[in-house]
Amino acid sequence: MTLSTTDTTWYPVASSTDLPLRHVFHGQLLGRELAIWRADDGNVNVWENRCLHRGVRLSIGINEGGELKCQYHGWRYANRSAGCTYIPAHPADAPARRITNTTYPVVEAFGLVWSANNGAGEFAPFADAEAGDWFALRPVPVNAPADAVIEALEQFAFAPADDDFRAETVAERLPGLGIRMTARSVKGSSSAVFFVQPVDAGRSVIRGLLEGTPEDAIERLHDHNATLTALRDRLERAAARKPAPEPLTPSFEKVSVELSTMPEITIGSALTLRAVVKRKWATAAGITAFELAALDGNHLPTFQPGAHIDVHLPNGLSRQYSITNGPGELLSYTIGVKRDLASKGGSEALIDSVREGDVLAISEPRNNFPLRRDTIRTVLIAGGIGITPILSMARFLAKSNLPYELHYIVRSQDQIAFRDQIDALGANVTLHIGLPRAAIAETISKTLGAHSFAQHVYICGPGSLLETVRSTAADLGWPDEAVHYEYFRNDRVIDDSSAFEVELARSAMTLHIPSGKTILEVMREAGLQVSSSCEQGACGTCLTGVMEGTPDHQDVYLNASEKRANNCIMTCVSRSLTPRLVLDI
Amino acid sequence: MTTPSPIDAVTRDLWQVIAAVDETPVGVVSTTLLLDQRLAFSRDSEGNPVVWLRTNEEHGDEIDLATVTARLPVIIGYGYIWTSFGNPPDHLFPIPEYAESDRVNMSCGSIGVGSSAPRIVENFLDMGHFPYVHTDILGAEPHTEVKEYDVEVSEERDEVLATRCRFFQPRAALSATEGIEVEYIYRVPHPFCSVLYKSCPEDVSRQDVIAIFLQPMTAETTRAHLLQSMIDSTSTITDLRRFQQTIFGQDKPILENQYPKRLPLDPRAETPIRADKSAIAYRRWLSQKGITYGTIPMAS
Repeated sequence: MTLSTTDTTWYPVASSTDLPLRHVFHGQLLGRELAIWRADDGNVNVWENRCLHRGVRLSIGINEGGELKCQYHGWRYANRSAGCTYIPAHPADAPARRITNTTYPVVEAFGLVWSANNGAGEFAPFADAEAGDWFALRPVPVNAPADAVIEALEQFAFAPADDDFRAETVAERLPGLGIRMTARSVKGSSSAVFFVQPVDAGRSVIRGLLEGTPEDAIERLHDHNATLTALRDRLERAAARKPAPEPLTPSFEKVSVELSTMPEITIGSALTLRAVVKRKWATAAGITAFELAALDGNHLPTFQPGAHIDVHLPNGLSRQYSITNGPGELLSYTIGVKRDLASKGGSEALIDSVREGDVLAISEPRNNFPLRRDTIRTVLIAGGIGITPILSMARFLAKSNLPYELHYIVRSQDQIAFRDQIDALGANVTLHIGLPRAAIAETISKTLGAHSFAQHVYICGPGSLLETVRSTAADLGWPDEAVHYEYFRNDRVIDDSSAFEVELARSAMTLHIPSGKTILEVMREAGLQVSSSCEQGACGTCLTGVMEGTPDHQDVYLNASEKRANNCIMTCVSRSLTPRLVLDI
Repeated sequence: MTTPSPIDAVTRDLWQVIAAVDETPVGVVSTTLLLDQRLAFSRDSEGNPVVWLRTNEEHGDEIDLATVTARLPVIIGYGYIWTSFGNPPDHLFPIPEYAESDRVNMSCGSIGVGSSAPRIVENFLDMGHFPYVHTDILGAEPHTEVKEYDVEVSEERDEVLATRCRFFQPRAALSATEGIEVEYIYRVPHPFCSVLYKSCPEDVSRQDVIAIFLQPMTAETTRAHLLQSMIDSTSTITDLRRFQQTIFGQDKPILENQYPKRLPLDPRAETPIRADKSAIAYRRWLSQKGITYGTIPMAS
């Protein structure tokens, strides 16, 4: 039998006991190294053992519970998806490009972790596996080719649970380099299965499962260790006499062209996916929570703290909702929706007509509110429904043991949303319940204090709260780049009376923007594919570089210094103060 | 034993470092490996180095160097012996600061690393790893940001040059006592050598110089020779050496856990970020030069 790097058979690659809390286990299958780790939610990840950035083994990285952190540059990768969530060298940027490590299928069963190359079929356990109670033996590594090991095992029949030499033992081959041994003697019968993990062309691991948990477990482990060690010695002596087989050389998949270059501005994708409403509940007065999961039960795409999704509603509208989840929680996204009587019917449609089990179209997560994880102090301020992105941020910071404080401003006790998650954050949370409007500024001022190096504040909530925090922070000497916020909507009246020319530098096209139409609308009419989301200058999705001309911003996404720089605009609301605007598109 | 890698024409004509002059005994054979070739070398009674292809000499043999006729080219530079298998240039790349009379110049040891020379150069150019690999010395979380810097390939000097590199460091040098934003300049004047200049804590108008000279023993194993040229009136040479060896000792296990060991020159092999501008320029420069030893060239 010749081993192939493209073999799609399922093999055991680790024992469940190899994955204690927050450990990363170094495995190998068919010549390819694997980083195998269990997240705090119990999920086992089998990834290629190589950080996509500079090729350093992830098995020397740090298991943070929901994310794996590379030892070389601290890049974080999410549990389940292996998507990159944070690049410390550029702490203010969200890793917009989809940087995702290679993952492999995994099943944990019978005390073993099984994996296979991508493209493998469903994991099919050996016959009668589900009926039995299996006791995993200690793995025995052997420096010999897998075919020699399986043949030797077949010939080396022994009574699995008993050393009765009169036992009659039958060895039967199982698919996937497996052997079942059944022994019958006057004392009764016993059975075990052994699998050979092909580590590389000349290296294997024998992984055995004993049927039924023996009473004398330690003694059984010793016996099998002794038996298999004797077998190993024999196999290794025989292998040493033969020429060593050439090691397998698995190929490394190339990264996409997009990842190999470094775009200055990345425009979010418009990819949509379908999600099922797994759970819907009232989390606070006037706030309904929705838990959305993938239809096939798989994990959802990677998100970073502060990210939102667009939810496409049954009535044709689309709305943005922040993800509240913590790190590595990708089996579902939980969002909070506030009943807003003044809105155009987005929240009403979700709250009143969407039920558990319904399927919604959602966008991939996008992040216009990225969280730095390189601060000495992080202050999180949430007002009302603004808790949603802030809660996610707090959960990421808490998991990584980074210093932060969360101030949650609500009118009354019953308006506290996601109470369980808030309580779980413990003493880092300060609730401000029923603060009179006049007292808010003073509270914020006391909370923020004077600015010092590497302090950052993140605010999400109603426009009035954002304005209060921004002006208070400015008065206290906090620079613009230390104050981060996300508007849910743009309350300003957009003046669209101007008319001007737009030149699209990269598309070599000049468009006339008449009064009453946005740049975005005219670009779309001209056949250009442009991403947008809120279309009111709040979300930043349509952010576009400006090369010449002076923009009339009108958005609430950019901060004052970004606006002064005049080097980008939101094409959904921004216009021009000069007769001509040159865009980098 | 892996088969020797072919030596490309550019690498063949380069000067290659093999040992510190001070550590090479007179009249006694020293042995080493360079580009998969076994070398023997020694110094004559005047202290001049002699290098030749090793035959049956053993390390530590006494030798009369007059009997050695088939000699390889040799040059002394920055306290080290350099040789070549081809036609090397007349001079080594310049490090003018080395000649300044008030500097403490020292070799800081020759350390074996299970990785390729270009991977080690790239690690030397990299600032993003400071908080994670040189924790509490060259960097510390949460100060992880790599600020924008400039990179150019100087055509005149045929070297990669990165300037305006800044990084927050808790203890940038032995003479530093508190955290400062340190400014660096990096040069790559030779495919397997790099020189860095960093703010000197003792004299703000001058810069400390640290260089790494790599001896590719094979395509995937290297000896790293370190040089320090410092403005430091208080520390002992032992302390300065120990500091540099601590730093390199922290890089070594990371380098040895990096795969593939040869530096991939295909831009799609790995995922660069803005902080890797100097590494991108270095990879392109190697590619344009046609360096294949220690690299995985672009598939043509």
